[in-house]
Amino acid sequence: MTELAQDKMAVLHEFIAEAAAKEYAESYLIAVLHKAQELFGYLPRQVMDEVAEALQIPTAHIWGVATFYHYFNLEPIGKHVISVCMGTACYVKGATKILDVLKKELGVQIGQTTEDRLFTLQEARCLGACGIAPVIMIDDKIYGELDAKKTVEVINQIRKAEGDGQK
Amino acid sequence: MSKMITIYINGKEYKVEPGQTIMQAADTLGYKIPRLCYHPKLSIEGACRVCIVEVEGQRNFVASCAFPVSDGMKIKTNTAELRRARRDIVELIVDNHPMDCHVCERDGNCELQRLASSMGIRARHFAGERKRYDKDLSGDAVIRDPEKCILCGRCVRMCSEIQQVHNLTQSHRGFNTVVTPAYDLPMAESVCTACGQCINVCPTAAFLEKNYTQELFEQLNDPDTIKVAQFAPSVRAAIGEAFGIPAGANMEGQLIAALRKLGFDYVFDTQFAADLTIMEEASEFLERVQSKGKLPMITSCSSAWMKCLEQFYPDLIDNVSTCKSPMSMQGAMTKTYFAQKMGIDPKKICSVAAMCCTAKKYEAARPELMFDGMRGVDIVVTTREIAWMIKSAGIDFVNIKPEQPDHPLGLSSGAGAIFGTTGGVMEAAIRTAYELYTGQTLVDIEVESVRGLKGIKEGSLTMDGQEIRVAVAHGLGNACKLLETVRQDPGRYHFIEIMGCPGGCVGGGGQPYAAINTIPLDDEALKKRAQALYDLDRGKTIRRSHDNPDIQKLYKEFLQHPLSSVSHKYLHTHYKAKLPVGIVPKEAKQIEVKP
Repeated sequence: MTELAQDKMAVLHEFIAEAAAKEYAESYLIAVLHKAQELFGYLPRQVMDEVAEALQIPTAHIWGVATFYHYFNLEPIGKHVISVCMGTACYVKGATKILDVLKKELGVQIGQTTEDRLFTLQEARCLGACGIAPVIMIDDKIYGELDAKKTVEVINQIRKAEGDGQK
Repeated sequence: MSKMITIYINGKEYKVEPGQTIMQAADTLGYKIPRLCYHPKLSIEGACRVCIVEVEGQRNFVASCAFPVSDGMKIKTNTAELRRARRDIVELIVDNHPMDCHVCERDGNCELQRLASSMGIRARHFAGERKRYDKDLSGDAVIRDPEKCILCGRCVRMCSEIQQVHNLTQSHRGFNTVVTPAYDLPMAESVCTACGQCINVCPTAAFLEKNYTQELFEQLNDPDTIKVAQFAPSVRAAIGEAFGIPAGANMEGQLIAALRKLGFDYVFDTQFAADLTIMEEASEFLERVQSKGKLPMITSCSSAWMKCLEQFYPDLIDNVSTCKSPMSMQGAMTKTYFAQKMGIDPKKICSVAAMCCTAKKYEAARPELMFDGMRGVDIVVTTREIAWMIKSAGIDFVNIKPEQPDHPLGLSSGAGAIFGTTGGVMEAAIRTAYELYTGQTLVDIEVESVRGLKGIKEGSLTMDGQEIRVAVAHGLGNACKLLETVRQDPGRYHFIEIMGCPGGCVGGGGQPYAAINTIPLDDEALKKRAQALYDLDRGKTIRRSHDNPDIQKLYKEFLQHPLSSVSHKYLHTHYKAKLPVGIVPKEAKQIEVKP
């Protein structure tokens, strides 16, 4: 484990120790997994093992919880998470088309991360921006009134910014 | 007695005990409400909705397995609307199922098949997308076929609640839900102890033993090999059920005759090696007592328990007897003593064990148990597999004339017979240890305190003024509870018997599937199987292992004496910690695992 990961693990253990001291400690499992994902970006197997041991909850049970909730990522995610709104308004306004464009442009399916680890593509239920449907959310920013061309432009802008940053 | 309440089922008035569910009350009144995910020994899941009934005043149908009765409750179990709803529920389950019944191992023994038939499903109205998974054939003993799984969750609850192994979970979500070990690992890399209880409670063929019947048929047809069989005590007490004979019939003679008809050259009895195990184990126990060795000593016959120990209780490995299981001892004696006596090349022997157990398949493949570069047992088949082979070979098992086992590894005492039930190993060990220690014969040899289906049993006896405290646990969950006591209070017991399956080997993972209208692992059936073994014990003139003349002869001619160097070479072994990644009890973490 890298030094950075060790630091993160120490923070997680502190969080677990707090939870473990409470009544019905096992009911804090989801909160602990949230914390783990906040720290690591996803739930690595090693982290789930540590959680199992610290909370004395069987690994199989943790796996059941981690795979049940879409929120938890089991694979490392990209630097930017793209959530495509599939809510009713966006759907009617052509969200599937936007999703298809993104799949093609990024070369990934839903839930996958691009090879360069820049983008992870996800579906979302209503993002609450129906007035500017169809929308996507990249990290915490909403992009509305999209069509195929605009969507690709947004992606390219981020790519360019990332590329410039590296230079 | 609590005050009885009145309920109405289909318009008829009944007085019932309060505090039960509708299903429990209906069961006592002769209404067998259809059910699927329910099992009386497991927690209520309420997942399948097959057991729905109509309750006046309730907006929707309710699951009768989870809904408590109340005074004045009006219940309907069989309205046209209910029948339609139940049929649709089962039809939807069936729609997501391969429907390859006629080529399925559980054809004729499948709860889903029976349920679909009783619901009157005669067509598929919902045919749609069906889940697709590869079979997981990685394990030595238990295999998974998730396509057959209907997500009733019985295996998951069995594995965690009764066995406390916690290997299985329902992972992923919705249409993609699947029962897997943690991280979707293959069974071979999981913490599965191979006990096979998931197979026992599975209503379909989602869990099965790894099948070796084809290999065995090939061996039986090979003129160059010497085919030697052994069969466990519990196989004779249960195999009749696979042929429609009620539970509790001792089919020993019929089984021996059938094994000969299948093509075995010699049919021995694992009960002989059970006597041998007692000689070694009782001697080891006395040695530990006399030389102040590690106590309590814990039995090592149960293969699933041994894997459980290595994974979750490595700190107690030194407490476990070094004796191999009776099956492995029998295999070792077959390929050494017997082979030498007969002038046979042991490499030409195909040593086969018919076992009530799935974990014995795992045990037989363990490198720790090999000697002279050989495995003691080459093929292990379960009671179910051997029953199928007998049927498949066209042998009239029910009407066959009973036969006797072969010498020199076939004669057994009553103590060997009771090895198959919880408490039996302890009782057999006490019979011999007492005499070896005190030089006097134990008169009252039936040790009632260790008999029966109580999860953890305790008893004590006095040997030459010294009190020996014993404990017995069956089912890995009960074993875990008992071992926690041992960790906290190591001086509490001297001798502990553990069997991995509920009821002991009679409830093994390889026993016949529950017959129509019976429940898997029903206590009454387990008691009847155990009674068959106790009756066998009572019917024998020789009831103590050390009185078995063939055992005495084996020591005289080959092993010299218990715990001799020859015994140690062939009959004893050592286990090592195999810490799983993930949850490990904190006490176990202190053990260093050598790669």
